[in-house]
Amino acid sequence: MRGRGGAGFTTGLKWEACRNAPGKTRYVICNADEGEPGTFKDRVLLTRQPDLVFEGMTVAAYVTGASKGYVYLRGEYRYLLEPLNAVLARRRQDNLLGKGILGRSGFDFEIEVHMGAGAYICGEESALIESLEGKRGVPRNRPPFPVTNGFLNQPTVVNNVETLAAAALIAAKGGDWFKSFGTAKSSGTKILSISGDCERPGIYEYPFGVTVRQVLEECGAKATQAVQISGPSGICIGPDEFDRRIAFEDIPTAGSFMIFDIRRDIFEVVRNFINFFAHESCGFCTPCRVGTTLLKNMMEKIAAGHGTRYDLDEIYKLNRVMQSAAHCGLGHTAGNPLVHTLEKFRPAYERRLKSLEFEPAFDLDAALSQARQMTRRDDSAAHFDSAQENA
Amino acid sequence: MSDQTFTLDDQEIPFAPGQSVMQAALDAGVFVPHLCYHPEFRPHGSCKLCTVKINGRPATSCTTPAAAGLNVESNTPEILDKRRTLLQMLLVEGNHFCPSCEKSGHCKLQALGYELGVMTPHFNLIYPDRPVDASHPDVLLDFNRCILCELCIRASAEVDKKNVFSLSGRGITKHLIVNAESGRLADTDFALTDKAAQVCPVGVILPKKQGFSIPIGRRRYDAASMSAHVDEFKPTAKVQEERP
Repeated sequence: MRGRGGAGFTTGLKWEACRNAPGKTRYVICNADEGEPGTFKDRVLLTRQPDLVFEGMTVAAYVTGASKGYVYLRGEYRYLLEPLNAVLARRRQDNLLGKGILGRSGFDFEIEVHMGAGAYICGEESALIESLEGKRGVPRNRPPFPVTNGFLNQPTVVNNVETLAAAALIAAKGGDWFKSFGTAKSSGTKILSISGDCERPGIYEYPFGVTVRQVLEECGAKATQAVQISGPSGICIGPDEFDRRIAFEDIPTAGSFMIFDIRRDIFEVVRNFINFFAHESCGFCTPCRVGTTLLKNMMEKIAAGHGTRYDLDEIYKLNRVMQSAAHCGLGHTAGNPLVHTLEKFRPAYERRLKSLEFEPAFDLDAALSQARQMTRRDDSAAHFDSAQENA
Repeated sequence: MSDQTFTLDDQEIPFAPGQSVMQAALDAGVFVPHLCYHPEFRPHGSCKLCTVKINGRPATSCTTPAAAGLNVESNTPEILDKRRTLLQMLLVEGNHFCPSCEKSGHCKLQALGYELGVMTPHFNLIYPDRPVDASHPDVLLDFNRCILCELCIRASAEVDKKNVFSLSGRGITKHLIVNAESGRLADTDFALTDKAAQVCPVGVILPKKQGFSIPIGRRRYDAASMSAHVDEFKPTAKVQEERP
């Protein structure tokens, strides 16, 4: 199984590395900081199947030798805290948590729910750990990785809610059962959070390998212009790519599936995403802290009708710097929605540009009007545009 | 010193176990631009000026452990261009007006700007509103110039054991704050002799009651670029005070 949180790291390898790492205490953390725009599957799992998720954490603890588990719960999911604590209390009563779980001496494991405070960056596993330790949510320098130096510098496994739920099912039904779904490199099923312009938005579970077209048909999407898969930092595709498949081999996803039909203005969609990244940048590194705001300002300039082709080139340049120099995935991918849609939906940008050539941010000819008045001239040579044409 | 080496721009760089790529390079007398790095503190990796390419992939050289056989590219046109852009980002993020800044000539941001050929800020200035704190009898805090390297935070916490500085906000609104109920430096036990008063690479933390004691034109980076001062940044160097 590969992790369901987006990166797709092999879960078994992660658990093995944690088990083999030297340390006093090991930790299992359930990443329930579901913050990627357009995803809500973890909320549904924690609402409807909390036992399955806790079961998966307990299996992870059994494999890695962890004695403590934390659910890092998204701040906006505060209302789930009491129900989750009630489930934990019941599991303690049933000896599914606590000392000597199900009579196995030495198998001690406890789970605690920790509330996040609404920062997108805390979905990044090392920022999540920092936050859990009571510090600013800032991604750590790596190496070392959490599996060797995680929570309180101890070996730590951080897994997505869906990964842990799937792990519980694999423990019960076996690996062969799991591999009977999906593709060669993407075993099992994937839960998609489908939103946007369709008749039946919601949670859908598909075997890996399903085409985008099939998903669109089954959720009742019509006249679809674009689908944003795996959130703003993921990929934006148009109709010519709807036969591509949801799988690690083709389009990997953490589950966000946003549909935009032909009535939507892709430029405004992207502008919203760019504002989101500028708002959520943790501010640790220069390229992301400043770069996301510069991108936001450029989108505003284009929206205000002052954009030129030069600004589009600037966007590419900023994106290259952020991709290569940013500290974590947020900065690496914050320009993705822009560059993807500049390639595939370029008219959405170009029809807003003042000129496809270079154009200053203010009207030069209007600025000359006072000089024309003073010199009592209004001939063609006294106008910027015609002067340029005559030259 | 072990006999293991890696390659940096066609030069063989020896390294000791535990050294980062940048530390090894500086030790060998090869300058790598940096702002948040300081030889007496753990690498921070936030300014990203020391970005290099290691085996073809971008990496932060101050936080990447040195390893035998690495192929590190640093002074290539592509990387220098990215570093210039990072400097321009820092210049437009704050309010940097060199001609009236007491730190001019001692400022690493300015020195790197000259060294890498940053001729303009390039991007539109953001003009943040950052009031100065002149409450302390001996020290002026001019937050307008802060580049968020966190060196003062680290020095005050780790060396002075005073925790005078901290961060607040996130993204572009992230800013340096003073850990006092009032937010004023005067209401802390900060002193001019603190390590934190001496590590600012730019002109945020300045001593009062003196000004331009070394004339502009005769200051550290006026005469020679930052790379010419590479020995001061060696991991073993006894670092000179940053203030004029």
